[in-house]
Amino acid sequence: MSEVLVVVEATKEFGVKKVTLEMLTLARELGTPSAVVLGGAGAAEALSGKLGEYGAEKIYAAEGDEIDGYLVAPKATVLAELVQRVQPAAVLLASAQEGKEIAARLAVKLDNGILTDVVGLDADGTATQVAFAGSTIVKSKVTKGLPLVTVRPNSVTPSPAAATPAIEQLTVSVTDTDKLAKVVERVAEQKGSRPELTEAGVVVSGGRGVGNADNFKLVEELADLLGGAVGASRAAVDSGFYPHQFQVGQTGKTVSPQLYVALGISGAIQHRAGMQTSKTIVAVNKDGEAPIFELADFGVVGDLFKIVPQAAEEIRKRK
Amino acid sequence: MNIVVLVKQVPDSGADRNLRNDDNTVDRGSANNVINEMDEYAIEEALKIKEAHGGEVTILTMGPDRATESIRKALSMGPDKAVHVVDDALHGSCAVATSKVLAAALGQLNADLVICGAESTDGRVQVMPHMIAERLGVAALTGARKLTVDGGTLTVERQTEEGYEVVTASTPAVVSVWDTINEPRYPSFKGIMAAKKKPVQTLSLADLGVAPTEVGFDGATSAVVEHSKRPPRSGGAKITDEGEGGVKLVEFLATEKFV
Repeated sequence: MSEVLVVVEATKEFGVKKVTLEMLTLARELGTPSAVVLGGAGAAEALSGKLGEYGAEKIYAAEGDEIDGYLVAPKATVLAELVQRVQPAAVLLASAQEGKEIAARLAVKLDNGILTDVVGLDADGTATQVAFAGSTIVKSKVTKGLPLVTVRPNSVTPSPAAATPAIEQLTVSVTDTDKLAKVVERVAEQKGSRPELTEAGVVVSGGRGVGNADNFKLVEELADLLGGAVGASRAAVDSGFYPHQFQVGQTGKTVSPQLYVALGISGAIQHRAGMQTSKTIVAVNKDGEAPIFELADFGVVGDLFKIVPQAAEEIRKRK
Repeated sequence: MNIVVLVKQVPDSGADRNLRNDDNTVDRGSANNVINEMDEYAIEEALKIKEAHGGEVTILTMGPDRATESIRKALSMGPDKAVHVVDDALHGSCAVATSKVLAAALGQLNADLVICGAESTDGRVQVMPHMIAERLGVAALTGARKLTVDGGTLTVERQTEEGYEVVTASTPAVVSVWDTINEPRYPSFKGIMAAKKKPVQTLSLADLGVAPTEVGFDGATSAVVEHSKRPPRSGGAKITDEGEGGVKLVEFLATEKFV
């Protein structure tokens, strides 16, 4: 079977992101998965255990400042060389900012079609995408070149399949043009122990109804009790209640968790665009006519400042 | 500084949007078409740079005739002129072909700085800035929440999953912006009147030296095979809190095995 390249998405601390495990799981349906690690020095070695657990038969690595010190262009150059050499059956990347950007450059370099935000991929290369704020399901195919696909997190359930990957270090031959956009500083912001928003199985979000930044503690508390990530509506972010990177919606993140809890969110289309493919939706809002209730599997009409602390207490009791 | 802002006309994301049944492209005919929201932030950023450093702001749009409405709207915010790439053969173009056309147009415009929205609300594909930069051999600073111009040096702050990055490049470059970067101005009455007289140059594929077979359905590198409406979610149980709302909520979560 031919190789399927999976471009690894990992944290700076060398944690393999869940979407990578999803891609490895998908790749096994299409061929033999090979992981591609493009990152800081030592990344492949640190990640190899986890990648092997999910079926990576081989790891290609390009590491160091030449790769990691610039925005995606060097990564795309290395990947393009690799694709031309191994002629894989498909290339999978994460449908996140960097994955999409590498894929964009790769598509131009290879004059190859590209499909983004893919939630399913058949063995014949037919991809499923969800478009227009979750309202439309699209089946599409790359018609020129190999399937070059970015996979949306939380699309498939990762399943392990042990392999013992050998690491092959790639020769890095990036050009000066690849080094035009230089990263001069990377600043980590407080993140705590919560899972990442787009990858979380549970997301608890707050909206305008939360009232102020301080009250977001309630949202965070419930998220922590459920082992989830915290999100916010655009209204809450615009009002300064919570930072922009946690915004869920049309101009923020798209999430598709097992459970989405909307607190004080009316459910404007802007917000629904980012969360309506969630498996189970629960809403608390004081306005019984709020559109969020049209989506919610379970809705509570009432004061979130009474309901949420009571729910938190109840969860603690049950633990 | 010669700044070009990429503007895309999209179906209003607040209304019902569809793909056409005949050729699987975005239905723009029956939609209420507007400027892609994120592009308004790109226009605002360009105008701020012009106000601080001088220069000229040009709008570049690829789209059908009707995109003229969005071009005039964009001009009413303050840019100097616009270029509209319009050609029947463009209908059905994929992202790869679109980037080829936009890069060809940019090649004629001699821009120091190209600014665009980070994504469009219709496709949300987010690939265009890097595709264009790849073709032009210039830097792409994407996802900016802050842009500083110091002579020919651009510095961008961009949000990442783990925090933010500071990235620099020299002009010429492509910068894409999120809606956190500024607050777009509303067109003034004077601006709206002035926009009617601003020059809008139209360019065809022939003007750009791009063959019709390289774009549209002929040149597409991907294709929509089929599409369908996702069945709308139907609301489930809705209760009114009478003192036990929190407990009832947890009971529901327990039946679904979340607690």
